[in-house]
Amino acid sequence: MSTTLKPIPGNAVTRFVSDGAVTTWRNMMKIIRVPEILLFSLIQPIMFVLLFTFVFGAAIDIPGDGYTSFLMAGIFAQTVVFGSTYSGSAMAQDLKDGIIDRFRTLPMSGAAVLVGRTNGDLVINTLSMLVMMGTGLLVGWRVNSSPLEFLAGVALLLLFSYAFSWVMAFLGMSVKSPEIINNASFLILFPLTFISNAFVPSENLPTPLRIFAEWNPVSALVQSARELFGNVPPGTIVGDAWPAQNPIATVLIGVAVLLVIFVPLSIRKFATISR
Amino acid sequence: MAFIEAIDLVKTYSPKGSPEVRALDGLNLEVQKGSVTALLGPNGAGKTTTVKALTTLIKPDSGSAFIDGVDVAADPQAIRRMIGASGQYAAVDQNLTGFENLVMVGRLYHLGARVARQRATELIELFDLVESQNRTVKGYSGGMRRRIDLAGALVIRPPVLFLDEPTTGLDPRSRIGLWEVIEQLVTDGTTVLLTTQYLEEADRLADSISVIDNGRVIAKGTADELKASVGGLRVAVTVVDEVQIDAARAILNRFGSGEPAVLNGRTLVVPVSDGPVALAAIVSAAATEGIGLHDAGMRRPTLDDVFLQLTGHAAEIDEAEKESAA
Repeated sequence: MSTTLKPIPGNAVTRFVSDGAVTTWRNMMKIIRVPEILLFSLIQPIMFVLLFTFVFGAAIDIPGDGYTSFLMAGIFAQTVVFGSTYSGSAMAQDLKDGIIDRFRTLPMSGAAVLVGRTNGDLVINTLSMLVMMGTGLLVGWRVNSSPLEFLAGVALLLLFSYAFSWVMAFLGMSVKSPEIINNASFLILFPLTFISNAFVPSENLPTPLRIFAEWNPVSALVQSARELFGNVPPGTIVGDAWPAQNPIATVLIGVAVLLVIFVPLSIRKFATISR
Repeated sequence: MAFIEAIDLVKTYSPKGSPEVRALDGLNLEVQKGSVTALLGPNGAGKTTTVKALTTLIKPDSGSAFIDGVDVAADPQAIRRMIGASGQYAAVDQNLTGFENLVMVGRLYHLGARVARQRATELIELFDLVESQNRTVKGYSGGMRRRIDLAGALVIRPPVLFLDEPTTGLDPRSRIGLWEVIEQLVTDGTTVLLTTQYLEEADRLADSISVIDNGRVIAKGTADELKASVGGLRVAVTVVDEVQIDAARAILNRFGSGEPAVLNGRTLVVPVSDGPVALAAIVSAAATEGIGLHDAGMRRPTLDDVFLQLTGHAAEIDEAEKESAA
């Protein structure tokens, strides 16, 4: 019989890195081969920036730099959180297509498949951020902070979306079809992003919604980004809740909690799923 | 110990709102090194579940399985280093080209970039996909997808190959093409476990057949042994009008040496002890009683008859699939 091909020398770490690189490459190829995915994920934030600026901008009075500057952090947060849903629909689709079954019969790291997937979201989210920033600058958004603070803000947004990608990847593996995850994620993400300080100052909200908004991690993310971009309007009333007082710490804790729960959960789920 | 050995595998599923399904109900299987063994059975018999248990995709509730002495449940990574698996639905990445798919699989077997590319080129040639190797799989025909999927299973030249219904849903020409490829592979000593619901496929490809129904093996042997086990000749008749099926059954009962069985709505088959005499008697009795026959004939037992005899139902329930198998 012809000889079976043997793996090249390597240890668990080098193999994990190699598997992660291969699956990330696979997800990058999908973005290149199906450019509609990227196109729509870029058009949507542009549309949001323009819609909110011109439709609500005139109606919502924000002191200081005005509504556009207030809005941008909200749009960034909303877009990267929505961007993380690709991991959900892509995992569900891969499961349906049987490619997960193929991966699971290979001597590769299952966790690497998930790393490759969440990395894919990170790339799309980074590109959307760049496009949104360009659009924002065109309609009057300005960063009033140091370059370091600005980069910290961008990093925080991407970090949060990355943690959220793991949540969505887990959900994507838990549903019966890709369509379900697409519809279900809207039900979660719309309230999460809209009942927050993303588009309107939360102190104007009715009390139950205001309390939700103050504890909402998306609010903390938006508030952190506003602070780090220097876009907090003068006279902003910050809620008494701890997350509202400590937005950056809240985001970092939130990211850690999501990763600690959903990374192992997703890896375990992956090790047992089959079409 | 056989090269592949499954001992008393049990796997149950509890779908919400429905009773528990015993997909595997104490399944035992032995596959000798270098042989091609077919798991033959209808949809839902437990064929795919067996393959999933042996390829590390699912853990059985109880029982154990070994490949080359390695416990599948205890050391799945070692098993994955020696198996290739090709599924019922082509598990390839639609957005990658045929060549890229094979390189990706090679890289995930950790062959290194150079060997992975070299092997992909070899397989593309072997499977006659040179012209379409740089097109995305999305544009491939069903037969081409099966070929690239099968090629993916062969990347490391695995000593053990699992083929889960390799030709289900393919047109007859692609099916024969794939059979030829599989036949070539087995000549160089690969041990193959293949599942199929097509008796013809098992008959053509397998050295040994295990007939499976309701999650257990109900018979095993070579195609000839299985055919011999159900005895001699058969008489099959097809009535013109379905309402006369019961009258026809009575005639077959009278002249046959066993219980007549309905193959599909209008065709009945019965084992007979003296073929020509029984056939003549059945045809003349039908004429006397005014039962119109489309077709009446005598034949040697097929694996269909084996299946029918063993399970009391036909192997291929789905008429559409029967059509595409023909």
